[in-house]
Amino acid sequence: MRWHKIYGLSLRHIYLIKSSFPRLLDLVYWPSIQVFLWGFIGKFFTSETAYYNDTVGIILTAAILYDFLFRSSISYNMMFLEEIWSRNFTNLFIAPIKISEIIAALTFTAIIRTLVGLIPATLVAIPLFGVSIFNLGPPLVLLLLALYIFGVSLDLLVTSGLIRFGPSFENIAWASLFFLAPLGCIYYPIEILPNWLQIVAKGLPLVHIFEEMRNILINDVVNYYVILKAISISSLYFFFGVGIFYLSYYGAKIKGTLINIGE
Amino acid sequence: MKIEVQNLEKKFNSFLAVNKINFIIERNTTVGLLGPNGCGKTTSIGMLLGLIKPTSGNILIDNQDIDKIDRYKLLSKINFASPYIELPKKLTVRENLEIYARLYGVNNFKDRIIEISEDLILTSFLNKKTGELSSGQKNRVSLAKSLINKPSILYLDEPTASLDPDVGDFVRNYIKNYKKKNDVTILLASHNMSEVERLCDSVIMMKKGEIVDKGTCSDLIKRHGRNNLEDTFLKIARN
Repeated sequence: MRWHKIYGLSLRHIYLIKSSFPRLLDLVYWPSIQVFLWGFIGKFFTSETAYYNDTVGIILTAAILYDFLFRSSISYNMMFLEEIWSRNFTNLFIAPIKISEIIAALTFTAIIRTLVGLIPATLVAIPLFGVSIFNLGPPLVLLLLALYIFGVSLDLLVTSGLIRFGPSFENIAWASLFFLAPLGCIYYPIEILPNWLQIVAKGLPLVHIFEEMRNILINDVVNYYVILKAISISSLYFFFGVGIFYLSYYGAKIKGTLINIGE
Repeated sequence: MKIEVQNLEKKFNSFLAVNKINFIIERNTTVGLLGPNGCGKTTSIGMLLGLIKPTSGNILIDNQDIDKIDRYKLLSKINFASPYIELPKKLTVRENLEIYARLYGVNNFKDRIIEISEDLILTSFLNKKTGELSSGQKNRVSLAKSLINKPSILYLDEPTASLDPDVGDFVRNYIKNYKKKNDVTILLASHNMSEVERLCDSVIMMKKGEIVDKGTCSDLIKRHGRNNLEDTFLKIARN
């Protein structure tokens, strides 16, 4: 083995990381996110083991709902990344298609992709674990709606980053939802978070969605006010996402990245 | 359609990529955009396509500022081909052409796909995945996509780059014949001087973001005292 060759090849990747903030961020936040997420989950189950009568049912329902959000987000970002990977990006942006039409097409296709993936998993959970997300009743549709609107909002922010910074933003695209998972209180109640983080978490629709999911399953009561609040917060993020997407598109036109999006 | 560029400038931070260029391309003519690498050709085409926002200056299409025309109506009459952009590889040639025919709002697109496929000899691999094609075949598919909407303005960036002489000759002949039969204004960026001499009514020579000369090929050759366009290009590029 020749050390100068190993060093040379290592330099190729080190230079890439050095020149790309999104890549650097990706390296740093993954371990931190894991520590946060599993730390809070562990803390909750250690102190509150009697909280759930039906632990498997609630955890699995939460996991399925979270996966709905995750799949919809990944589907959307994947479709956008496909255009970059296939070098079709420029063709798309010189075609007579409006930004709003691009957003609508991606949103529409993402829900189809998500449902294709999720429906079998949801059905499998019924005979295998005796868990059905349909136990949530009619509010399930509203909870899914809130999750989907929020998922699309995140996607818009991530695709804005892809347009503005290019494919180096790809890693953020994959990890965007994991970033929010500890704050979303998916598997544990909000009270498990430190007070200051609870204030931040309440600004996300996820907390309201998953708190309400637990409320329905544990107390068998539906609080439509909380669901409406979740949809409203998600919608605010959606409009913010649309705004950022447009800003990013015009920023890319000034920077010239639409014509030569590359590494 | 007539293209007019007035004092067009593009700065990327402090780097001046295009420095107040002016030119007119009359309707139904082919103009070559020549210059060494990094001289501002791609940036200029990017601005003409609306992908890059100029720092200053105007682009007029049929005497109307493109900022004041409905961008989507205008884009439906324009198209672009470049070896540096591709079509999705996992889709078949037919699927790719169908998608772009729909995006460009082509009427009777199935007939149009058959027509353009026959013209560009794509019929035998219409159902093949685009990624499985040879460079020459991909190039012809890319050209088919750029002509799917029968554009009034066609921007071509090095249309025969990396093609073998046979396929290159086919593509050049095709563009020349297509132009004869259709009302289309073509701006062709190329490093192949014989191609430019064969296809272009006139040329624009760029260097360091500026237009350093323009005219017909024979005028430029004469003016610079050279025997052909290649030598003329070298003289301008190296001076």
